[in-house]
Amino acid sequence: MAEDQIYSVNGPVVKVRGGRGLAMMDMVHVGPEALIGEVVGVEDGLTTVQVYEDTAGLAPGQPVRGTGAPMSLLLGPGLLGNIFDGIGRPLRALEGASGPFLGRGINLPTLDGTRRWETTLAVKQGDEVAPGDLYAQCQETAAIVHRCLVPAGVKGTVTKVAPPGAYAVEDVLVEVTDQRGGVTQLGLAARCPIRGARPIRRRLPITQPLVTGQRIIDTLFPIGKGGAAAIPGPFGAGKTMTQHQLAKWSDADIIVYLGCGERGNEMTQALEEFSELKDPRSGLPLMNRTVLIANTSNMPVAAREASVYTGMTIAEYYRDMGYHVALMADSTSRWAEALREISGRLEEMPAEEGFPAYLASRLAEFYERAGYVQTLEGREGSVTVIGAVSPQGGDFSEPVTQNTKRFIRCFWALDRTLAYARHFPSIHWMNSYSEYAGELRGWYREHISPEFDKCRQRIANLLREESQLMEIVKLIGADILPEDQKLTMEIARVIRLGFLQQNAYHPVDTYVPLSKQLRMMQVILRLYDGVKAAVDQAVPLSQFTATGVFDQLVRMKYELPNDDLSGFDRYEREIDAALAKVNAANS
Amino acid sequence: MRLEYTGLSGLNGSLVVLEGVSGVGYDELAELTMYNGTRRYGRVILLEGDRAVLQVFEGTRGVSLENTRTHFTGRPMDIPLSKEMLGRVFDGAGRPIDGLGELYPDERRDINGSAINPVSRQYPRSCIYTGVSAIDGCATLIRGQKLPIFSGAGMAHNELAAQMVRQARVAGDDGEFAIVFAAMGVKHDVAEFFRRNFEEAGALQRVVMFLNLASDPILERILTPRCALTAAEYLAFTHGYHVLVVMTDMTSYCEAVREFSSSKGEIPSRKGFPAYLYSDLASLYERAGMIAGRPGSVTQVPILTMPNDDITHPIPDLTGYITEGQIVLDRGMDQSGVYPPVNILSSLSRLMKDGIGEGFTREDHPAVSNQLFASYSKVQDARSLASVIGEEELSPLDKRYLTFGRAFEQYFVRQGQQEDRSLEQTLDLGWTLLSILPRGELDRVSDQELEAHYREGAFEALAAEGPGV
Repeated sequence: MAEDQIYSVNGPVVKVRGGRGLAMMDMVHVGPEALIGEVVGVEDGLTTVQVYEDTAGLAPGQPVRGTGAPMSLLLGPGLLGNIFDGIGRPLRALEGASGPFLGRGINLPTLDGTRRWETTLAVKQGDEVAPGDLYAQCQETAAIVHRCLVPAGVKGTVTKVAPPGAYAVEDVLVEVTDQRGGVTQLGLAARCPIRGARPIRRRLPITQPLVTGQRIIDTLFPIGKGGAAAIPGPFGAGKTMTQHQLAKWSDADIIVYLGCGERGNEMTQALEEFSELKDPRSGLPLMNRTVLIANTSNMPVAAREASVYTGMTIAEYYRDMGYHVALMADSTSRWAEALREISGRLEEMPAEEGFPAYLASRLAEFYERAGYVQTLEGREGSVTVIGAVSPQGGDFSEPVTQNTKRFIRCFWALDRTLAYARHFPSIHWMNSYSEYAGELRGWYREHISPEFDKCRQRIANLLREESQLMEIVKLIGADILPEDQKLTMEIARVIRLGFLQQNAYHPVDTYVPLSKQLRMMQVILRLYDGVKAAVDQAVPLSQFTATGVFDQLVRMKYELPNDDLSGFDRYEREIDAALAKVNAANS
Repeated sequence: MRLEYTGLSGLNGSLVVLEGVSGVGYDELAELTMYNGTRRYGRVILLEGDRAVLQVFEGTRGVSLENTRTHFTGRPMDIPLSKEMLGRVFDGAGRPIDGLGELYPDERRDINGSAINPVSRQYPRSCIYTGVSAIDGCATLIRGQKLPIFSGAGMAHNELAAQMVRQARVAGDDGEFAIVFAAMGVKHDVAEFFRRNFEEAGALQRVVMFLNLASDPILERILTPRCALTAAEYLAFTHGYHVLVVMTDMTSYCEAVREFSSSKGEIPSRKGFPAYLYSDLASLYERAGMIAGRPGSVTQVPILTMPNDDITHPIPDLTGYITEGQIVLDRGMDQSGVYPPVNILSSLSRLMKDGIGEGFTREDHPAVSNQLFASYSKVQDARSLASVIGEEELSPLDKRYLTFGRAFEQYFVRQGQQEDRSLEQTLDLGWTLLSILPRGELDRVSDQELEAHYREGAFEALAAEGPGV
C-alpha cells in the first residue's frame, strides 16, 4: 500500500493526501518524527488530521502512518501518584528523555514497563469469562488494590493462566479463547479508547454525598458521589484554590486532577503539596491516591482538547474497579477554547462567540460520563465531576457557563467582590445552588443527625434575610433597623465570618468533619434563639454584643479541634451564662 | 548550493504566495532578496501541496510579483545568543541597532521556545522586595512569577515599573541579576524613559533591550516578546542570571496579532481578536519560572493599558487568567494625585501566600495584608453608604472606616518615586494604620499578633508629623 503523505500544514491541522485507509478518530503518526495526531475529517482524497504537538518543520510529501486504532490510552497499575500530559505521556519520563523543556515526537508509553507488580490470578484454566470479570489483581498502593477486569468485547474460555508472581505491565497473564477460536491475551494493562464512555451495567441513584470538609459546600450546597458540579468565577476568585482544596480533602478513593490549559506553576505546586500532605483517612501521602494530568496553557492546544477525555477515561477505569473517583477539571473553559481554536482552523461555521455549534453536545457528553453506577463486575463505583469554568470577563452569561449549567446540578458561583474582601472560599451563597441537597437529605439524617437538615435550612434562611436587609442598609444605614433585624444582620455576620469563611492555610480549619460542622451550626443557632427571645422582650441587642459572645463564635473555628467536640458544650454553657446575665440585669 | 525561487505568484497585504516549492517545512524562515539587493525575512505560515504562504516581517511595500528572489533557510526563526547581549540594543526581530556590530553567537535558538515540563519546574518561593508598600505589603512579587501591571492610558505604569526594576532586591541573595526590556509599539519617548532610568540606576550594562517602536512593522512586534524571552531564558537557564523581563505594551502586541490575523482572513472571536489569543499569550507568559536544579530565574512584569480602563476587555481578561495575579492601577486614585495609583482590592499576587510569612519575610506579613484587604474592602461599603446618606449621618464606626480608608491611601499606598521602603517599614506602617480601627474590628489577625503590634494612638502620632487626612 502506498504511504499516505502530507498535503498541507496549517498550525496543528494537517491534511493528508491518500488516506483512504484512515478511519475517523484514528490515531496517526505524522512526519519523520512520528508526531501523534488524530483523524478529525475524512473526504475523498484528503484526510484532515489534528496534531497533538508543535507542527514546525512538517513539510508536504512527508509520510503519515495510521495505527489502525482510535486514540487510546494504556491503562494499568502505575497510574496513581504519577503525572501525565494531555495524551497520557508520563511527564517524569519525558523529563528524563528531553530535559526540562518538552521535546517533540517522544512517544513514551504511559506506564513504566520495567516495574514489576506482585500479582495474584483470579481465574483458572477452563473458566468462562465475560467483560467485567476479575482475572488478576495487584496492590497498586498501600490503600488501593488494582483489579484487572476483562475488557469490553472479550468473552470466552480461559485457555492459559500464568502462575502468581511479579509481572510487568507488558507480560501476558491470561489467554482467553472465544467461540470462533480467536485468542485474546490479557495482561496487567489494557488499551482503552478515550473518546467514548466505558460500559457499565446500570446507573444507580445518587444517595451519598461527596464529603469535602468545606463547610459551605457540605452544608449549603452539597454534591453527591456521582454528581456533576461547576465552579465558575472570574480570575483571582479562587477557582484553582477551591479545586485544590477539594482534591485534597474529598472523601473519594481516587482523585484525578486535570490541569487543562492552566498555569505550569500551579501543577508544580499541586505535585509538591499532594506529595507532602497526608490523606486524613489513610495516613498516606495524598499523591498516592491522585493522578495528575497537566496540559498547561503553553502546551499544544490539540492535546488540551484531548486531555479532558484522558482524565475522564482514567477516572472511569478506576470506577470500574469499584472505587469512588472524583475528577477535578481546571478549567473546562480552556478546553472549550481549544475546541474553538481547532474549529476555526478547520474552517467550520462558528456559532455563538466563535464557539463551534457542537460545544453544547461536547459538554453534555463529558458531564454525562459522571455517575454512580453498578459496574460490569457488579460492584458500586462512581465518578464525580467538578469542572472549573473561567467565563470571559467574569460574565456568567457567556456560552460556556450557560451551556455547562444545563448539564450540571451543582453550581458554586465564585464572586469577585467576596474575593476582593478576602472572603474565601468565595462561593456566593445567594448565586449558588445544589439540586442534590434533597437526594442527600436521607444520608445526612441517617449518618450525621436528623438535626443537620433543619440547621442547614435555618442558616440558609438567615443568610437570605440578611441579603434582603442589605438592600435597605445600603440605602439608609444599619442604625435605624429595628432590633430583631439588627440581630439578623449580626448573626448573619457570624455565619459569614465564622462559618462560611474557611481558612485553607489553617491546620485545623482547612478540613472540618461533618460532625463539627453540625455543632458549629447548632451553637450559632442557639445564640440566635436565646438573643431573639430576649430582643423580643425589648432587651437592646447592644447589651448582648457587648458581652463578646458573637465575636467568640467568629473565632470558634480556630479554637476547637476537629477530633474533640466537647468544647462546644462549654461554648453552649458560656452562651447560656452570658444570656442569663443580661436577662437578669434587665428584669 | 543555494536554491532560490525567482518571483512570486501572489501578494496580499504582508503575505506572499509562492508556487512550485518543495522540501519546505512549516514555520521555516525565508530570506527574500529585493531587486535592489536589500533583504527581508518571512516565515512560512501555510503549506498546501507545492504552494507556500509566507508572512513578510518588514511588509511588502515595493514588492512586485517579479522583483524578488526567495531562499528558504531550512530552519525556524531563531536569534543568535551570547552573554555579550547584555548592554546591547536590538530591534524587534533581534537585529542589533546600536551600531556596535553583529553579535558573535554562542548558539542560535528558535524564538518560539518550548514549554517547560511542569515536573521540572521549581515552585517559586523567594520574595523580591520592590520597596513599594502597595506591592510588597499586599501583592508581593515572587522570583519566577509573571505579575502584570494593568493600567490605562496616561497613568504612571512606566514610572512604577521603572521604580520596581530600580529597587528590586532579594534578601540574603547575591545571585547576579539582569534585565530584559521589550518595547512593543510604544513611543520613542517611553523607550528612552526606560533607557535613561536603567542608566541612572547604573544598570545599563545588565540590560538587553528589544525595541519595536510604534512606527515599526507590526509583524516584527509579534516577534519582539519572543526574541526577548528567548534571550531571558538563555541568560537565566544557561548562565544562571536572575532575569527580570519588562514587556510594554502588551495591548499593542495583541492588536498586532489581531491585525495580522484579520489579514490572513481568520475567523474572529471576541472584539475581532483571533480565537487563539489565549494560547498565544500563554506561550509568552508561561515562559516565566524557575527550573529545579538550575540557578537562574525568569520573572515577568508585563505592562498593558486596558482599553477604556475596562478590565473585562479581552486583553486584560485573558492575561489575568494566565498570569499569577495582577497589579491594577486606578483612574480615581491617579486623579487624586496618589502615586503609585494601585487599586489594592483588585490587585493580587497568587504566589504571595507561599513566599511570605514565617521563614520567608516577617511572620505577621500574611495577617497584616489580609487584615488590610478586609478592612479596606469595608471602606468601600462605608463610602457608598456615605454617598447616599452623607458622611455626617454615618455611624461612628463607619466614620472610622472612612478615616482609615483615606489614611491607607495617603500614607500606605502613596509614596515617592525615589522612596524605597523596607518591608519592616511597610508592615509597621500597616499596623499603625490599623490602629485607627477598634481592636474588635480586626478579625484576620490573632490575639498574639494584636498584642505584639497593635498600639492604640499610633496613627495620631504619625498624622501629627505627616500631611494629615
